[in-house]
Amino acid sequence: MTFGISNFVGDFVREYSPLPELALAVNVILAIIAVLAVGIGSAPILIYMERKVCAHVQCRLGPMRLGWHGVIQTVADVTKLLFKEVYSPKGVDVIIYYLAPMISLTAPFFVLALIPFGANWQVINLDFAVPAIIAINGLGLFAVLLGGWSSNNKYSLLSALRSGAQMISYEISLALIMLFVVLISGSASLNEIVASQSGTILDWWIIKMPVLGLVGFAVFMCASTAELNRAPFDIAEAEQELTAGYHTEYTGTAFAMFYLTEYINIIGASALGAIFFLGGWSAPLIGIEAIDNVLTKIPDLVWMFAKIYFLIWMFMMFRWTWLRPRVDQLMAFEWKFLLPLNLILLGGGALFSALGWVL
Amino acid sequence: MKFCEYVNAVLTGPVSLLKGMGVTLKYFFNPKRIVTEQYPENKATLKMHERFRGRVELIHNEQGFHNCTSCGICEKACPNASINVLSTKNMAGKKVLGKYLYRYDTCTQCGLCVDSCPFGCLGFAHDFESASWDKKSFELVLNKCEGQG
Repeated sequence: MTFGISNFVGDFVREYSPLPELALAVNVILAIIAVLAVGIGSAPILIYMERKVCAHVQCRLGPMRLGWHGVIQTVADVTKLLFKEVYSPKGVDVIIYYLAPMISLTAPFFVLALIPFGANWQVINLDFAVPAIIAINGLGLFAVLLGGWSSNNKYSLLSALRSGAQMISYEISLALIMLFVVLISGSASLNEIVASQSGTILDWWIIKMPVLGLVGFAVFMCASTAELNRAPFDIAEAEQELTAGYHTEYTGTAFAMFYLTEYINIIGASALGAIFFLGGWSAPLIGIEAIDNVLTKIPDLVWMFAKIYFLIWMFMMFRWTWLRPRVDQLMAFEWKFLLPLNLILLGGGALFSALGWVL
Repeated sequence: MKFCEYVNAVLTGPVSLLKGMGVTLKYFFNPKRIVTEQYPENKATLKMHERFRGRVELIHNEQGFHNCTSCGICEKACPNASINVLSTKNMAGKKVLGKYLYRYDTCTQCGLCVDSCPFGCLGFAHDFESASWDKKSFELVLNKCEGQG
């Protein structure tokens, strides 16, 4: 089974080794290493970045002691977490309690495998990547529900129920906005969506679809913030109300896995935002020959990660700027505002595409 | 909610959100606003702000004189009895300040003595590293020489 992406290590094994079937195993190992490198490699950077962004928004400095401007602070934190005792309180449903963090960690890795980080930097090139991502996202909710319920703690349970309601509601918005992108770009494959935005900066969907693109981008950021359980929509682990929400009872490695999930999810959501609205791994060409020649010299991987980190920075600024709505306000916002807006967007997108009102 | 109000909220909501975003962006891109002190490293250059309340001090001018008349109002104002104003008589028989006894360990820096002094001769010092092994070191005599005034 091939998904259309080839790499030279796999091809080399397939051609020159006595056992051509070995190529499959080699490719699988390469894929796992690649996904782990992006996921686990980015998480410490993101934690450091979050602490620094938070600090500078609040007129503080953040970690400064370990290394230059505290760059190895997260290494120390992760080491501390890994050496802590893994411990479950009394009355916990032990199997589900330990299963929940593992389930929560599978979903974001799966999403990362589907994302094209460059023209040839992808693990699986699926034709139905968008529906697959919608399906996989449900797994994250499953982990939150299991973790909250099995903890035998009223705060965890409340948080799990809240976040269940929230994530199911906002999944609709996220799915509809993905559908909007699929509708205007004409394909559910992420590579095709990027290809439909090739050209100058004006060909990105955020600008190419007049007004609707910008509104769609705002709705996407909104829905994915809620889907990530991040502030301002972090009612699942509202610190002031529910201590730490569904992972109140977790310590050590299990807690680290929930934490890792959160940050890998951010990368996934930002990558999707970059692919859907900001042209994916294509360089931001502006139509002037001399500058464009320089911009295309920079590899596509760098552009992709620049866009991803810009969107992550936006998520962090959202988190440290805006206030958390109440639970009922949150649900009202989804069902009374985002859902009708999404349907209008879908209709508008179809109308604009049909009439050719595209830049 | 009426429909007009709903539409109004939808249209004005994003504007207020962007206003908030503007504030945090201004803070983010303006490192001069940072108030954190890197304390042990910047010990040499660290200056406390003007209204900092350290220990109480008797303000002396350049010639080493103070304005205290030994009236004892600060002593009466002090809720913790941290202040004892011991007066004496100078050669002309006038009541002047002998010893201004001040116990830093029972003082809470409430500032009632500073506020109540009719001659404005009390103030707060700006030194803050006041930890000590010896309780005796908190019993201070604030005036530099006896019999002034």
